[in-house]
Amino acid sequence: MSSETQLGLDHSPSTLQPLLTVTGLVKKFGSFHALDGAGFNVKPGEVLGLIGPNGSGKTTCINVITGLYRPDQGTVLYQGKPIGGLPSHRLARLGINRTFQVPKPFMSLTVRENVEVAQSYGQAGGSADDGLKDIKILLEHLELDRDMNRLAAELTSAQQKMLDLARALATRPKLLCVDELGAGLNPSELSRVAERLRGLAKSGIALLVVEHLMDFVDQVTDRLVVLSAGKDIFSGPLALAARDPQVIEVFLGASDEH
Amino acid sequence: MPEHSPTAKWLRHVLLIIVPVVLVAALLPHVYSNRLLLFNFIVFLTLAQGVNIIYGFTGYLPFGYVGFFGAGAYGFAISVMHLHWSPFPSLVVGALTAVAIGAVLIPLLRLSGPYFAIANLAAALGLAQIVANPALQGITKGPYGVSLNGIYQPGLSYGTSIVILVFALACALYLRHSRFGLALQAVKNDPISAAMAGISVVKARTMAWLLSALIAGLIGANFAWYVSVFYPENVFSPDFSIFAIVFALFGGVATVTGPILGVLLLYGLYNFIGISSPQYFQLIYGLLIMVLVLFLPSGIGSLLRRWGIHVV
Repeated sequence: MSSETQLGLDHSPSTLQPLLTVTGLVKKFGSFHALDGAGFNVKPGEVLGLIGPNGSGKTTCINVITGLYRPDQGTVLYQGKPIGGLPSHRLARLGINRTFQVPKPFMSLTVRENVEVAQSYGQAGGSADDGLKDIKILLEHLELDRDMNRLAAELTSAQQKMLDLARALATRPKLLCVDELGAGLNPSELSRVAERLRGLAKSGIALLVVEHLMDFVDQVTDRLVVLSAGKDIFSGPLALAARDPQVIEVFLGASDEH
Repeated sequence: MPEHSPTAKWLRHVLLIIVPVVLVAALLPHVYSNRLLLFNFIVFLTLAQGVNIIYGFTGYLPFGYVGFFGAGAYGFAISVMHLHWSPFPSLVVGALTAVAIGAVLIPLLRLSGPYFAIANLAAALGLAQIVANPALQGITKGPYGVSLNGIYQPGLSYGTSIVILVFALACALYLRHSRFGLALQAVKNDPISAAMAGISVVKARTMAWLLSALIAGLIGANFAWYVSVFYPENVFSPDFSIFAIVFALFGGVATVTGPILGVLLLYGLYNFIGISSPQYFQLIYGLLIMVLVLFLPSGIGSLLRRWGIHVV
């Protein structure tokens, strides 16, 4: 039910200009087209879910947006400027960040150093003076404050996911790509993560969420884009997606009767 | 960073590490007559810190590290022989020669792991061959070696080597305490997420690489000054790379005290039994390296850490 009220909110940011607009994105690996003309946009404060079967190009999409791959064709517009092919560290300073499907914290650094390094290198105008206070607030918010001085390698995998998120948030992103943050979390952890992501969107951050868990998607996202074979085939709320014949075909396979 | 304590920490470590090293290095020649041995200790202490900077903080294993050392020595020699410059400006020429070689080798940083180590080794061997080429006799004296007897000043050049060691230690301490050092360790851990943290991975690696080249170049130039007579195979000896790497690894990289400990213990052992009965030395050395790799891959520093002792 809560998703319906959120869907209602979707109409208010619609007057805003999109923060990110992706059009006709193509990414080839050899002869394989991981992305084949995908397009969508995200507005500030909006949570866009990116779903699709395995291999449909969700993670590749995030990898292109965050500078890990250079797009072969198509444009990525961020705040109205093309950013396709810029290196990751520059994108991070422009306010684009992400978490990773398998969390990638800096294992030999402490939790606090993990966040500190992102804060001092990733923020647009250099780090603020009250940097240390910010780190404490951020870590408290993600329930990592008690492990602040432990090495990242010593954390549980759920905590490492939160640290991945903390590292991304320490750069003060405007666009946050979240790649399967929910996978492997238990139901109570999941609902807390969902709450946090909603909170981030409320603060004005645009979120691009890749996820397989449909309850989580329902809880978190305002709108969905469904990818299939590197193309976007649907855009709209989950309730409509579940009734779209093309989406059903992609997820469940074509019916036997032609 | 925003706290006040890092500066205090800095000062404390300077007092605890650099001051004793300087005192010991400066006073020992008065009570111990084999100054060449002491000089060699300083050379390895410096080289081990250079290896520490590139390997400990970025993960690149520089099997050809001696290339910078030899470049520094020959840069110094050429400056003295052909430009007729005095030792101090010639030290700068030597150091810059090493940094220039480092700059030429920057593309090697695209390689990783063993590929980098092998390519770096090949580069150093190649450089040694070029320097030793009889066709370059007019510039480098080729295989016939360099003799710089006009500037032989063992006292002054020994003192200078202490200054260079202090510089190397200060660089390592800086990396241990600065946000740049933190960034390098982040890059070593995971370059992709380091880039997402806003770190320019290529720039960070390049700076560490050139800094380690500078340190080896300085001490190489100082070596040329101190010994004054040397051959290409002396200053390009692979032993320099291997020893410096083993010492740094033995003590524990990414700390400042680890490599110091490694040099004092292992190079001490080497001089204690290595000269008189080299066969036993090689046996012990081989066993030691095996034990190290199997049980203490992060050096004896990690052993201390396991016992709860903070290693700087």
